[in-house]
Amino acid sequence: MRYLPHTSDERDAMLARIGVASLDELFADIPAAQRLEGLLDLPHGASEMAVERQLGNLAARNIAAGSVPFFCGAGAYRHHVPASVDHLIQRSEFLTSYTPYQPEITQGTLQYLFEFQTQVAALTGMEVANASMYDGSTAAAEAVLMAHRLTKRRKAVLSGGLHPHYAETIRTLSFMAGADAGLLPADPLADEDIMAQIDAETSCVVVQSPDVFGNLRDMRAIAARAHAQGALLIAVFTEVMALGLIEPPGAMGADIVAGEGQSIGNGLNFGGPYVGLMATRQNFVRQMPGRLCGETLDAEGRRGFVLTLSTREQHIRRDKATSNICTNSGLCALAFTIHMSLLGAKGLRQVALLNHAKAVALAQKLTGIAGVELINQSFFNEFAVRVQGDARVLVEKLAKTGVLAGVPYARLAPQAGLDDILLIAVTETTTDDDANALVAALAGALSC
Amino acid sequence: MSTVYFTKDHEYISVDGDIGTIGITDHAQQALGDVVFVELPKAGATLARGKEAAVVESVKAASDVYAAASGEVVAVNTALEGAPGMINEDAQGRGWFFKVKLADKAELANLMDAAAYEAFLKTLD
Amino acid sequence: MLNNQGRPTQPEKASASYRTFTGNRGLQMEEALIFETGRLDVTGVDCEVPAAFTARLGGLERRAALDLPGLSEPEAMRHYVRLSQKNYSIDAGLYPLGSCTMKHNPRLNEKMARLPGFADIHPLQPVATVQGALALLAQLGHWLTTMTGMAAVSLVPKAGAHGELCGMMAIKTAIAARGEAATRRVVLVPDSAHGTNPATAALIGFEVRAVPARADGTVDPAAVAALMGPEVAAIMLTNPNTCGIFERDIVAIAEIIHEGGGYFYCDGANFNAIVGKTRTGDLGVDAMHINLHKTFSTPHGGGGPGSGPVVLSARLAAFAPVPFVRASEAGLELVEHVTGQSFGRMSAFHGQMGMFVRALAYMMSHGADGLRQASEDAVLNANYVRVCLNDIMSSPFGARPCMHEALFDDEWLKGTGITTLDFAKAMIDEGYHPMTMYFPLVVHGAMLIEPTESESLASLDLFIMTLRDLAFSAQRGETERFTGAPHLAPRRRLDETRAARAPKLRWTPPLPAAAAE
Repeated sequence: MRYLPHTSDERDAMLARIGVASLDELFADIPAAQRLEGLLDLPHGASEMAVERQLGNLAARNIAAGSVPFFCGAGAYRHHVPASVDHLIQRSEFLTSYTPYQPEITQGTLQYLFEFQTQVAALTGMEVANASMYDGSTAAAEAVLMAHRLTKRRKAVLSGGLHPHYAETIRTLSFMAGADAGLLPADPLADEDIMAQIDAETSCVVVQSPDVFGNLRDMRAIAARAHAQGALLIAVFTEVMALGLIEPPGAMGADIVAGEGQSIGNGLNFGGPYVGLMATRQNFVRQMPGRLCGETLDAEGRRGFVLTLSTREQHIRRDKATSNICTNSGLCALAFTIHMSLLGAKGLRQVALLNHAKAVALAQKLTGIAGVELINQSFFNEFAVRVQGDARVLVEKLAKTGVLAGVPYARLAPQAGLDDILLIAVTETTTDDDANALVAALAGALSC
Repeated sequence: MSTVYFTKDHEYISVDGDIGTIGITDHAQQALGDVVFVELPKAGATLARGKEAAVVESVKAASDVYAAASGEVVAVNTALEGAPGMINEDAQGRGWFFKVKLADKAELANLMDAAAYEAFLKTLD
Repeated sequence: MLNNQGRPTQPEKASASYRTFTGNRGLQMEEALIFETGRLDVTGVDCEVPAAFTARLGGLERRAALDLPGLSEPEAMRHYVRLSQKNYSIDAGLYPLGSCTMKHNPRLNEKMARLPGFADIHPLQPVATVQGALALLAQLGHWLTTMTGMAAVSLVPKAGAHGELCGMMAIKTAIAARGEAATRRVVLVPDSAHGTNPATAALIGFEVRAVPARADGTVDPAAVAALMGPEVAAIMLTNPNTCGIFERDIVAIAEIIHEGGGYFYCDGANFNAIVGKTRTGDLGVDAMHINLHKTFSTPHGGGGPGSGPVVLSARLAAFAPVPFVRASEAGLELVEHVTGQSFGRMSAFHGQMGMFVRALAYMMSHGADGLRQASEDAVLNANYVRVCLNDIMSSPFGARPCMHEALFDDEWLKGTGITTLDFAKAMIDEGYHPMTMYFPLVVHGAMLIEPTESESLASLDLFIMTLRDLAFSAQRGETERFTGAPHLAPRRRLDETRAARAPKLRWTPPLPAAAAE
């Protein structure tokens, strides 16, 4: 086996040094009745070539987004990631390093986490950010529990513009934790009256912008109403690229921000691994879950970085920790940081503007098709259209013609009664040919 | 003249009339190491003996501080919030946590005096 | 010593205090933060500029400043390469972190995960266009359930602790389905457990009750029996446990829990010791998470991403979260919405696909034979280290065999003035990452060494000789080698108290007053 260095002679010599006659003696604590004598009923080991062939065959049975006109979004976006990002994250010292608990020999990881935290705080317009969460949905669920700890209340109000997967993730964790998370009906027109739901028992209001239908939401009045009732505003996003162009949640009164960072630095990967972003106010930081990196000095007075405020975390606080979370999304956060460092504010704004321009152009083209109606007043790079018939059927039909036309809202929430809503995402990777292919395919499918 | 009593959780209460000043002992601050954060009760809060009243944290540990006696919190050492190192420097002096108006002085009979606490510490080694 | 031609003729003492203008020490470069070197009008990404158009942002254009500098590509490359050079890594040296399992990360796995057919597919594409991805999920599930002898698996959890949460939510749901939600509220957790165990149980409203350990570091079935009652929902037990010992009475413990109406959650952090040697299901376990980043070698990546699939017994299978893959006449399908007794959804999408590809490549490469050999070699290596050190270092539980990690305490350092931490920091100067320290909590000054199966005999021997040299040095009272360590790392010891007292968690521009100093 190519990954195991010992020869059988070496194994024998080691057993002799240990003073046992056989390897089995080392496993003597396993009860005899439960000890496996033969091999597991699984294939034997395979050469690198053989594994590559088998997995290559599986990969070939999928349609890669980059190979077709592609318009899927709804929480995962296909952006261009510079080649240098993937090269750098594969450096041994990043890829094969552990959590930086020994800061003297992990300053590389710690410094990029400090840069990451600074970038996330700046993008979201918040004072502090943590070193990342698993993904946007779990970050949102953790944000709700964090709000409960801060307000000492147990009731969350969830906007109907929230991505249904995010809403479900929040509701599962809240239910299990014995807290209340009421969800408003799906709100494609962004005209829900969420402020009427906020009362003196409300811990937090959770609002997504751009919402799952692509609408941009002005949260200022909601924040003011929440704060007047002693509640917090949690702002959620699934498309971090939008923050290059739109007012950040921190400037609209958000107390906690939780979102998905995949768009910067990270590919689609069929849903994971992604990188959850979480940011908040400085005075809330002790109730924040997840790792935090902070600046300090070493014994020679040189600047250095360490994981800090660890007493919030499970390995010290155990059953009184702010969360059970242990892992962050280290390497994905690194990819985010490198890509963001390459972009800078200038590049981010340019890419975001291009996303928006292409989306606006496609939306205009689509409204010219009979049977397609744009429902958004505002959007960034994703919008919702109402189509004739069931959008799920339409999307499958178009997939057969080689166009991945978007995500039917009913795939996310079949019970919502919005079977005719199709979510269409456009990024800088979408070409004019792609857009024309979608227009032609939709026109063709809806006319027959 | 105040009398000082101790708990097995390494809190002290220094009693002067019906006011008790509560903090952690010098032994506790040494065991904890550099204190980096304290969370103190609010003035006016009513504490029950043995219940969690405050939190004290070092870099690697967090400990609850329990109320050594029942009563209403009448003063809080807010200076600790900006300078938690005072607890390491002078745990049983400037490093006090909060003062309570004792609800029941009879509770003090359950606590150790200085000599008993010294003896108790010896049993821990 | 240099001669008059500048040729080194005699070795001289290393000088850690040698000062340079840059702060660099040869190949070890100091590196500023990007916020100090980048400029706001620079970007390393070229981007087409759209023609003028009417924005549809609804009046929510960004007005807040965004002070994030950009770097050109050469600047970015240099910056992150220099940062990388400040990190220890498994590729560069033995990484003996007990419980963390720092084994070799095969590069084939990286290559496979980057195939466009896996890396460039969207989680919400029509399922007909991702049949290969669903087949991969199904195959991975088959490997995991076969290895563990369990009925079902959920691939959803994004890390080990998320897996614990998944398993415990399934247990909570199963208990509620029996109508015992109000009464069964206690979870038994040994003191030696990972912090995530009590944190997970408490997060979802369980009360945690401690289980004491026997003198040999294992759990006594009698202690479990004494704690078992109608209020107990589950036990969370790590096996092999955090002391590196197989819980030899695990079957009896499972029986006690089951007879009392509870469930057995096993923390699978140490599954890498027993793959192919015994099956979790045969031991009576109801749920166990498997850290793909430990046992199946997906890279730790400096702290993630992880992946924590959970295998479930037949009693719990129905309560698994969505989504999951199911075979149908049309091929493989994804069940994305709650049907029956599933406890629901615990994250967006289907789990850590990128990690699944890597883990499956690892499993297929090893096969049933290689996986068993990997477990055996991991245990062999740990015992070799244990035996070669136990004459000079002390073991809390005597000279008994261990599983994949060897545990020492600090009894042998008594009177030297050197702590476990000092000893570990001195290892850094010798070119080693320290072992896990002060964990498990039940052992004083614990040092937990897990060499893994990836280390050759020569590598182990050098490691052992180094630790022996350090140990003799400690016992001779050469405290300077320890209390000041590390001397040669990119940084000396860092002031964690300073970091925590006035947390500085992001870069901010220097204040004018400070700049004038």
